[in-house]
Amino acid sequence: MSEPAAASVVPTTDPSTYLPSQPISGDLTDQMLQTDFWTDELVAAAGIPIVDIPFVTIGGGIGSFVTVDYLRIAGVPTSQMRVLSTLDFPWQTYEYLTRVSQVPRPERIRSDSASRPDNIWGFPSYAVSEAIQKKTLAPLWSVFAEPIFTDYYTPKAGHVFENLERESNRIAYNEMLVKGLVRIVRRRYGGGYFTILTPPEGASATKRVAFRSQYVHIAVGYPGLKFLPELQRYRTENNDYRHIVNAYEAHEHVYERLVQTPSTVLVRGGGIVASRILQRLMDDREKYGAQTNIVHLFRTYINGTNDGYGNEGDARPGGGRTRTFMRRRGENGWAYQGFNYPKSVWGGQLKAQVRKLDGEQRAELYKRMGGTNTPWRKSWQRQMNQGRREGWYNVVVGTVEDMQPSGERILNQVRTAQGVVPLEVDFVIDCTGLEADIAEHRLLKDLLDHGGASRNPVGRLNVDRNFELIGTASGSGTLYASGATTLGGYFPGVDTFLGLQVAAQEIYGDLAKRGFCKRIGPVRSTLQWWKWLAGSAP
Amino acid sequence: MLPTLNGRLQTRIFMLVVFGSLVTLVLTPVLPGDPDHGTTFIILATVLVLGIVWELIYHGIQQFRWEKDWPTMFGLITILNEGALVWLLVDAGVVPGIDEGSVPFWAFFIDFSVIWFVIWVWTNGPMRVPLIRWRFFGGRIV
Repeated sequence: MSEPAAASVVPTTDPSTYLPSQPISGDLTDQMLQTDFWTDELVAAAGIPIVDIPFVTIGGGIGSFVTVDYLRIAGVPTSQMRVLSTLDFPWQTYEYLTRVSQVPRPERIRSDSASRPDNIWGFPSYAVSEAIQKKTLAPLWSVFAEPIFTDYYTPKAGHVFENLERESNRIAYNEMLVKGLVRIVRRRYGGGYFTILTPPEGASATKRVAFRSQYVHIAVGYPGLKFLPELQRYRTENNDYRHIVNAYEAHEHVYERLVQTPSTVLVRGGGIVASRILQRLMDDREKYGAQTNIVHLFRTYINGTNDGYGNEGDARPGGGRTRTFMRRRGENGWAYQGFNYPKSVWGGQLKAQVRKLDGEQRAELYKRMGGTNTPWRKSWQRQMNQGRREGWYNVVVGTVEDMQPSGERILNQVRTAQGVVPLEVDFVIDCTGLEADIAEHRLLKDLLDHGGASRNPVGRLNVDRNFELIGTASGSGTLYASGATTLGGYFPGVDTFLGLQVAAQEIYGDLAKRGFCKRIGPVRSTLQWWKWLAGSAP
Repeated sequence: MLPTLNGRLQTRIFMLVVFGSLVTLVLTPVLPGDPDHGTTFIILATVLVLGIVWELIYHGIQQFRWEKDWPTMFGLITILNEGALVWLLVDAGVVPGIDEGSVPFWAFFIDFSVIWFVIWVWTNGPMRVPLIRWRFFGGRIV
């Protein structure tokens, strides 16, 4: 059994660069690790320097970014906030993941036109700014006619990153950024929190630095993305990291080989990442004449209208079929949906509905609207249809029972409805996107063990409607969390650009009530929007 | 748009009262056939009252959509059914305070289209600037 963290495909910072080998002063003591509430004296006695900052956000990805963006617009100066992060810039992890999963800068991501993490108003939307920038009406037609006559408009990854950079400069993000790793946040005796940062080697005289603050925000992203267990086992046992890859790790060598040598690839998964990988494989056939045979393995084959429980006739609690008012389209194995949730979770009916639900009922609705899905895109349909016609794109439905090396190839035993079928391929690309449990993230585990945090009906961090982490209040201090770790709360769609902004708005609102920032009423909002447009500081 | 029923009604009323009134006030004196402000404002009120019924119907149609959204295009093309119904009622003299055949078609057409277009554009973008919560709460203003 391998160390769970070792199975993560997301690049994590090498701990050795943050843990100097020479023992130096200012480290955590056993007494500290065993104490849920820390006094100022306890921290000082350990020789850890204390820095007073009212608000810190941990993570430094897009979740931290949109939150400080809101607060900057609400009048908070940079001196009052710190972003504690191992990342150099907020879109670093996001850009890595999109790039390797085949969405480089010129390609379009799966996100709505008005989901702009660099602009709290979502106006002008990406479509409008692309139309102005490129002097073309095409994006405007696209947002007008979507999704009836055209595919949903989605922005190019590069466009998103360039605008994030502009906003980052505008709000002086770098003034707030402190590099380092955070594994512990503990409540402070007397109110507020201590956040322990381990700075990079040489950046600090002590091994740790403590940030004493009234408010803490946690946006550490996915706790980890894992391989399917059988794939991980095969890789470790056969020491083969070339032929079995996860879509979220760098695997350009696979495409290079495929262009040179006709091969068979097994693609596993039925979501957006599988669509992307298939697109790349099919693009390479078109552009470079690759002779790739694609075998696409679905665990669940969708053949018509469906919901999160599966096809129309599949078993669902309480029996019955898909509901007339709650079903989506699907065919050829795929469930079709524009974005990763039904659109109204970001502001309409489903958002309002989930906000009122608790426990079982909430978990049920999440399940019903969930399920693996991908958008219906004209170009993908054309490519797959061509592949089916010409016989180089084939679908298998089932699960893999066993994998063995067979020369340079891999022999899979696939359990299907017709029995076990052998399937020999040259490469396997895992697009299943299996996510790790939140307890595999050290900071989150510490919060569950020592910080008073608990799990929601879906098993992630239990946050309230204002994204306060329930059970972690400390005097007048508040701990907030947003992003993927909070999935399953009163607001679905947390792990998306717009979801992070919805959370940021709730957090800003709560902090405004507590007097930490100004309220963004119609006048402030409008003035601030003009500043955004002009590119001047908030 | 991602409206809830409550949000639809609030947005509809807000838009017609603010932008509908503004456009009607400015436009009436230059409309062909010289309708007075009394007439144009009665028509505006008719649009508002019928609009509430239309919103109930649209909300019902929206339930058939998995996404529970209301595509941008729907917001524009509903000018056809709504405009046609109001015109038929106005022209037939069914609307209280307006005599049968007393409103010139082009005056109605211009006033109605300009209001509709202004509201549609405003709803699909600029509205988000002064009211940051509006788009996340189904179009609710309060």
